[in-house]
Amino acid sequence: MKSLKLIVAFTLLFLLTGCEENEENTITHGSLTINFSHYWDAEKITSADFNATTYTNESNNILTISQLRYLISNITLHKPDGSSIELLDHYLVNLEGLSSNTSITISGTAIDTYSSLSFTFGFNETDNVENYIDLNSASWNWPEMLGGGYHFMQFEGKYGATGTENPFAYHMGTARVSTGVFESNHFDVSLEGFSTNENTTIEIKMNLEQWFENPNTWDLNTYNTNLMSDYNAQKMMQQNGASVFSLGEIN
Amino acid sequence: MKNLINLICLALLFSSCNESEIETYTQHVPTPLALEIPPLFADNILPPVIPINNPQTVEGVALGRKLFFDTILSGDNTQSCASCHSPETAFSDSNQFSTGIDGSLGGRNSMPIFNLAWNYDENFFWDGRTFSLESQALQPVINPIEMHNTWVLAVADLQNDTQYPNLFFEAFGTTTIDSVLVAKAIAQFERTLISANSRFDKHLLGEITLTTSELNGFNIFMDESKGDCFHCHGNANNPLWTDNKFHNNGLDAIFTDYGLGYITGDPADNGKFRSPSLRNLQFTAPYMHDGRFNTLEEVINHYSEGLVNSPTIDPLMKNVDDGGVQLSNSEKIDLKAFLLSLSDEEFTTNPNFQAP
Repeated sequence: MKSLKLIVAFTLLFLLTGCEENEENTITHGSLTINFSHYWDAEKITSADFNATTYTNESNNILTISQLRYLISNITLHKPDGSSIELLDHYLVNLEGLSSNTSITISGTAIDTYSSLSFTFGFNETDNVENYIDLNSASWNWPEMLGGGYHFMQFEGKYGATGTENPFAYHMGTARVSTGVFESNHFDVSLEGFSTNENTTIEIKMNLEQWFENPNTWDLNTYNTNLMSDYNAQKMMQQNGASVFSLGEIN
Repeated sequence: MKNLINLICLALLFSSCNESEIETYTQHVPTPLALEIPPLFADNILPPVIPINNPQTVEGVALGRKLFFDTILSGDNTQSCASCHSPETAFSDSNQFSTGIDGSLGGRNSMPIFNLAWNYDENFFWDGRTFSLESQALQPVINPIEMHNTWVLAVADLQNDTQYPNLFFEAFGTTTIDSVLVAKAIAQFERTLISANSRFDKHLLGEITLTTSELNGFNIFMDESKGDCFHCHGNANNPLWTDNKFHNNGLDAIFTDYGLGYITGDPADNGKFRSPSLRNLQFTAPYMHDGRFNTLEEVINHYSEGLVNSPTIDPLMKNVDDGGVQLSNSEKIDLKAFLLSLSDEEFTTNPNFQAP
């Protein structure tokens, strides 16, 4: 028994000495924090602005925001040699105050210079048929009659003059062409590259104004609620989404 | 030299291990009891919330069940938790407002109790004023319009009882009772109150076929331009049938109860209440936070024609100027049939959930 303890003790000692040597090695991996931030053009939006701050879109609709949640997937870093690292399978961004989800840290990211960062807004056709318990738990599902899978975005609020506001629910997901015929509606985003170190923080910015103006000028008097089953509305969302994201600060 | 110190330290650690082996412990270790998670829950939603400092145990659940049904917790020993949360009404009661021990009437409808371990945000009560099931359990006992006791008196009664000190020892390894242990035991029992055996559950499991009316009703529920119920009340992939979030569903133009607004102090939260689950509606009438609707027909009519505008009304309430989405009579009948398919009679008669 005593000899066993000695063996254990010496093994531990050996390990301890080993640790000291390791400390001299070069650190190859670090943590990468992605902060999702939201703007109306240059004006930053937080949940404190919900139901309070008014914004005017290109159609001169005066609006307030009450909810913003969206799904991104296949968040991937690309290297100049063509190889890539998938950072996250999917992430549900939620700007709501109490249960907000706007920042994620991925540890063990190789310290390197990357040529781009890409992700899919929503899910592509293959991913959208999987079952995700985290998204089900958030009641994030998209009705089967509209093609099923998951919402890509829920962007809600009100528009119009104070006292006579009307609601809008800019909900995006699979587009229904006709009964039983569906069209995928995700889009891919590619942002410029950056170099990482032991602790890197990047900002992915969403400019909400773009959802209403580029290339389709969106009039909330025409498109406000019941948009999920509206093919034209869904395709305009997809097109307008192309210009909403940009890379912000890198620290 | 450093290595030598390490060696000595390790030697000391080993010798202290030897000493502790000699000591004898009399601490009682309760028997772990895994929650029986229904397949539809395990396959589709995140695991239940069980605090690390209050694991489920056989003894804890049994104690919680006894406490839940025991009038000893109330100020005059006339009411238990079950007085307003009885099994046959899915752990709610059939009154608009419940009456406390002094005859005072509550201000809100008694909430049913099931599947609460899956309330991931852990905000409880209609207005979300407590965080965690344990904290929730502390409140009704000392609420002056409910059980109107103090924890000092309640704990003294339990401590002087012939059975409770031993039952607390069995559950928590101590005969010294306090309010925290009472709340922990009740929360453990409440987490076992799982409802997952409705007609709709059986339909999803392929055990039965729903009627045409029930299936039509489900489509109305899932149709954004019809019922649009699913944004707040779950779907076939979310067996909770609630988002457990707070919404103003267009009941009043002027609020007499600010709901979440009282708690956050934010006027944008005035008139918002937590979405209740649509499970077990067959047993939980009357409906809404103030129990204003006696029947499901009244509830459906509210969303169809009765919506009232207010500054914080949820954007998902549509056609408010016309009072709502104007469902036809047959659509209303089908929607009601679907809603009732979410009721689980076995839950209300489960022998494990009755008074011990």
